[in-house]
Amino acid sequence: MKTFHRGGTHPEENKLTNDCSIEVFPLPKQAVVFVSQHLGAPATLVVEKGEKVKVGQLLAKAEQFICANNHSPYSGTISKIDLAIDFTGYKKTAIYIDVENDEWLEGIDTSNEIVRDIKLDSKQIVEKIKEMGIVGLGGAAFPTHIKYMLPEGKKADYLIINAVECEPYLTSDNRLMLESAEEALIGIEILKKALGVEKALVGIEKNKPKAIEQMTNLATKYKGIEIVPLKTKYPQGAEKQLIYALTKREVPSGKLPIEVGCVVNNIGTAQAVYYAVQKNRPLIQNILTLTGKSVKQRKNLLVRVGTPIQSVIDYCGGLPEDTGKVISGGPMMGKAISDLSAPTVKTTSAILIMSNKESSRKEETNCLRCGKCVTVCPMGLQPIHIAQLAENRLWEETEKSSAMDCIECGCCLYTCPAGRPLLDLLRLSKNNISEIRRQRAKR
Amino acid sequence: MSTIVFSILVLVLTGVASAVILYFVAQKFKVIEDPRIDTLTDMLPGANCGGCGYAGCRSLAENIINNNSLDGLRCPVGGDNVMSDIASFMGLEASQATPQVAVIRCNGGKLNTTPKVRYEGVKDCLYAHLNMSSEGGCPNACLGLGSCVSVCAFDSIKIDNTTGLPIVDQEKCVACGLCVKICPRKVIELRNKGIKNRRVFVSCVNTEKGGISKKNCNVSCIGCGKCEKVCEFGAIKIENNLAYIDYDKCKLCRKCVVECPTGAIHEVNFPPRKEKANVEVEASQIK
Repeated sequence: MKTFHRGGTHPEENKLTNDCSIEVFPLPKQAVVFVSQHLGAPATLVVEKGEKVKVGQLLAKAEQFICANNHSPYSGTISKIDLAIDFTGYKKTAIYIDVENDEWLEGIDTSNEIVRDIKLDSKQIVEKIKEMGIVGLGGAAFPTHIKYMLPEGKKADYLIINAVECEPYLTSDNRLMLESAEEALIGIEILKKALGVEKALVGIEKNKPKAIEQMTNLATKYKGIEIVPLKTKYPQGAEKQLIYALTKREVPSGKLPIEVGCVVNNIGTAQAVYYAVQKNRPLIQNILTLTGKSVKQRKNLLVRVGTPIQSVIDYCGGLPEDTGKVISGGPMMGKAISDLSAPTVKTTSAILIMSNKESSRKEETNCLRCGKCVTVCPMGLQPIHIAQLAENRLWEETEKSSAMDCIECGCCLYTCPAGRPLLDLLRLSKNNISEIRRQRAKR
Repeated sequence: MSTIVFSILVLVLTGVASAVILYFVAQKFKVIEDPRIDTLTDMLPGANCGGCGYAGCRSLAENIINNNSLDGLRCPVGGDNVMSDIASFMGLEASQATPQVAVIRCNGGKLNTTPKVRYEGVKDCLYAHLNMSSEGGCPNACLGLGSCVSVCAFDSIKIDNTTGLPIVDQEKCVACGLCVKICPRKVIELRNKGIKNRRVFVSCVNTEKGGISKKNCNVSCIGCGKCEKVCEFGAIKIENNLAYIDYDKCKLCRKCVVECPTGAIHEVNFPPRKEKANVEVEASQIK
């Protein structure tokens, strides 16, 4: 069984919603859509207060290089453009829409019929991806079209599709592969064509046997798409680890996957690309897993962007009494939500509700020098060493110890028997190093 | 016998040869350094805090010698005493600066806000700042995790356990500005110490609209503008829903303190007011 060669751990899988089919979440009455929902420069607003919008209408336009368009997921009236709280508790500019009905913009194919013919050529596909505001749905929200504008002199050998879903609890990719495998496969075909490669590798963790079976059966119809089952090990779905598992190529420190001839995209992104290119549908909804051990009705939901998180939780039976933490994303890399009135964004793939006992941290004690964090680090770093430097605020030293290579997977923090805040200190180092690098660049 | 003589001879010759080589090497690679640098370094406090903007006391001394002027070069720790000593040693004119002190411009803390979330990450303000607004919900509030305490070289900041906010020991604070630099929320400000250590300042840095900030905190500045109107010296300006008192213009009349409906304006080191009871009645009427 293929996997990455260094470190990794295996947290309890808890895939509680594996057999819950995707439900369509009803439209909320009022929705809040953030103007910018991607990594990079902010998008520019193109609508005004009081304007009537239809589903799929452009709300904010990308005017800079690393930027993505943003479309309206609802039809209705824009009641105001104001600051809205996001899940970290900070406020960002958002568009408040009073939802009236579900009227789509003309030219968007809303039928479920599968369109197999790919009519556009590679340049047109990239243009379409850009126009439809597709961002990476793996979590980072990086504008997808930029990955397909290869830098001069670089050539891609493989398209890698990430369907690993190594985070515990999350099942949205699994459900996607079971319910709309064909759409995803056509999406992969489109991405292959855009990139001009012969081969696409789809990595799926072994703990999703049904999805692997279905995808393997359907992939026989498509040339050059290979489904590769991978060992169940966290963080199998991390970009660099996945590339190594599938191609035995190692991305050099500080470089992008294209350096070793790979472009990586999430399976969810592939489906979004299918919708964008074949059906002219912008990215306005995503599959969201609402899960947690104490949740009464665990569900996989198809949610429009901008739905208040509170309403999603209410739909699934409300917040359990012993709730300690609500997390956006999985338990390993997700971020705690500090305000439930915040809306979902393009990359909200899960809402995880954990009890007080499950979610609180271990009491911090002294380092035992057991070396477990070093053993599990998939990047081969020495988390405790970097953490000690960070505690003493020696940021330049942490840079020399390759803190910037940390992928923030959280294996070290999860494994540490002494409850040291290793990940926090690594992230802090990364932040301070970036600041130092910015200062250096200015000089 | 001859062995001993031979060994002594060899050692002596080696010693002499090495001494001669070392002498010429030392002459060749001699670093000529202005002896005044050492003298100046000794005159400076030697805390190496970096408050002057240079890497340490020696670095500041080198810069004073190289520039041969005191423009923009000042040791905030030593203050006027040290600077006038240095100026007389160098035969220059020392610029007088008003003594300053670090002031905490947030009064939220545990007493005046209701915690909505619990933070349990590493005790570092920057990390908390990157991940959340604050436990009480204010995006500008002091996080109370003590990054300023850890960076203070003079042991002058402490976190008060009841309020969860830092307190500056005004006797020990030398206004080096290290805490100002490290605070991710820009809650700490260096302000003039004022006559008899008396100061009036707005203890809030929240720039949200009044209604929103009031929801999160009982003592936030709501940008109502009452203080701006009552100030006879034009020292108060409201910008981004936040009042700011210019310490150069402020005459310490304290009218704004009474006027403020939320109690966001603080007065320090003033004697107790005479008609305190009346003032309180007035303040409650305004509310």
